Amino acid sequence: MSAYDVSLLSVIGLNVMLAVSLNMISGFCGQVSLGHGAFYGAGAYAAALTMIASASVALSLFMGTIVGALLGLVVGFASLRVRSDFLAVTTIGVNFLFTGFVRKQSWLGGEMGISGIPGSGFSSAGNMVMILIFAALTIAVSFYISRSWMGFAFRAVSQDEDAAATLGINSGAYKLAAFGIGTALAGLAGGLYAFFTQFITADTFDFILSVMLMAMVVIGGIGSTAGVVVAAVALTLLPEAIRFVNDYRLLVFGGLLVLVIRIAPGGLADLARRLLMREAKA
Amino acid sequence: MYYIDLGVTGLSFGCMYAMMAVGLTLVYGLLRILHVAHAAVFALGAYATVLVANASGSVGLGFLAAVAVTPLFGMAVYRLLYEPLLNYRADVPMIASVGLLVLMQDAFRIAFGEQGVTFRNNRFAFTTFDLAGVRVNAVQIAIMACAVVVFIGLHLFTTRTRVGIGWRATVSRPKIATSFGVDVVKVRYMNFAIGSALAALAGGLVGLLDNLVDPMIGYVVSYKALAIIVLGGLGSVRGTLIASLALGMVESYGTIFMGQWLNRDAIAFLALIALLMIRPQGFTGTRTV
Repeated sequence: MSAYDVSLLSVIGLNVMLAVSLNMISGFCGQVSLGHGAFYGAGAYAAALTMIASASVALSLFMGTIVGALLGLVVGFASLRVRSDFLAVTTIGVNFLFTGFVRKQSWLGGEMGISGIPGSGFSSAGNMVMILIFAALTIAVSFYISRSWMGFAFRAVSQDEDAAATLGINSGAYKLAAFGIGTALAGLAGGLYAFFTQFITADTFDFILSVMLMAMVVIGGIGSTAGVVVAAVALTLLPEAIRFVNDYRLLVFGGLLVLVIRIAPGGLADLARRLLMREAKA
Repeated sequence: MYYIDLGVTGLSFGCMYAMMAVGLTLVYGLLRILHVAHAAVFALGAYATVLVANASGSVGLGFLAAVAVTPLFGMAVYRLLYEPLLNYRADVPMIASVGLLVLMQDAFRIAFGEQGVTFRNNRFAFTTFDLAGVRVNAVQIAIMACAVVVFIGLHLFTTRTRVGIGWRATVSRPKIATSFGVDVVKVRYMNFAIGSALAALAGGLVGLLDNLVDPMIGYVVSYKALAIIVLGGLGSVRGTLIASLALGMVESYGTIFMGQWLNRDAIAFLALIALLMIRPQGFTGTRTV
């Protein structure tokens, strides 16, 4: 495997973690979040600072997870107050606030970011394996939650909060749980990212990334873990695949995004379901 | 005097935001879509203004071209992108809208260059007036004057004419408006046309103020405009106007008092989040559950 393959697979693993964890919040529980990059970033910064101070990989990843989850819970409390599109714009705000704040803090490296983060001790292939294991675990957790009572409650909250309340589902508690779990996983991904690159800046975690993650969820099929995984892999590979158009990459990328949504507005999961139905009928 | 200067800057930015955001809030009111690609319309307006102004030598002609072209674009976006997606969850058309914005921004970069285009003959940006010690730029005055004319015009149109009243009725109660004989689809086209023209006007004015139109011109304004329409209570023109002016002021003074901790955009969004926590329904919106 070349160094390029290793880094590409690592990025795929990270994006799968992020998209699947966002799907728990926005897909399962229906709480649109356009600030997932902020939790990813918070995890990365927390892990980087912990690593520099303590040199313990496990502790750094733990701190990344905790800080991501804490920030997520704060935003989760906001989701109890504002709904749907108001929440979407609030989370956009959280993302801009995060990058704006980090850029002005000298102890977070400011505009320059944090460089020279100590390595995890693994080779880059070892890092990749670690990322892929965590990505697989994230997918497993997602499938497990989807089938559990909690997954049922999430869907109930997502579809009709008032009806869920009459079933005795405490929608507030489940929204907080969705935000807590989803952002903890994003924070963990951030920690892994800090070890992967050993260099972080605020720009990596900007709003564009959050939109990309949301695009993965929407294109995969909102709420479908398998669909979101496929979309995350595809959308990470796509910019690489269209490298030959080099200067027109963003143009082609934006165009494809529009096109895919126009053709399959229900996402890949919905498309697959419809194709299977047609097979069954024929 | 310094603080008054800041006030003038804030007010002119607020007026610009208002012209940009009014189309956005009305699209939301009609279709419940966060029309992110409105920023591309804004940029298209700015490009049309600068290109035609440079080619013809007349800035006025540039604005005329911008206001003529962008409504067609806005209506095409509705017909080709949003109409087929209306039955899906609101984040689906929004992601499509983001895709369109990315595509357009890159198209502008490829067509007109990374560095952007400057006005060949822009005396307005460098003309300043001294009003009792307060320095005001000619373009700032133009922005404020345009906003005043636009909002008075909109007010008269939506309260005095049959078509305008039908428009308002459709935004607040689409089903009842239909039963009174309002053609909802026509209203949507008109909404996209007028909203796009106003965004183009704002875009052209910003280009004139900075004396530069580059591919990123719409980027930050776009997300700030989302913040504004949320603050304004989503779908409310009056709320949007108040929120725009307030945001212009908060940014202008905020950078002085909080500039060392946060940048301009972060201050705007901090104000947004703080306000939403106190009033989850925005300035003027009524609480809907």
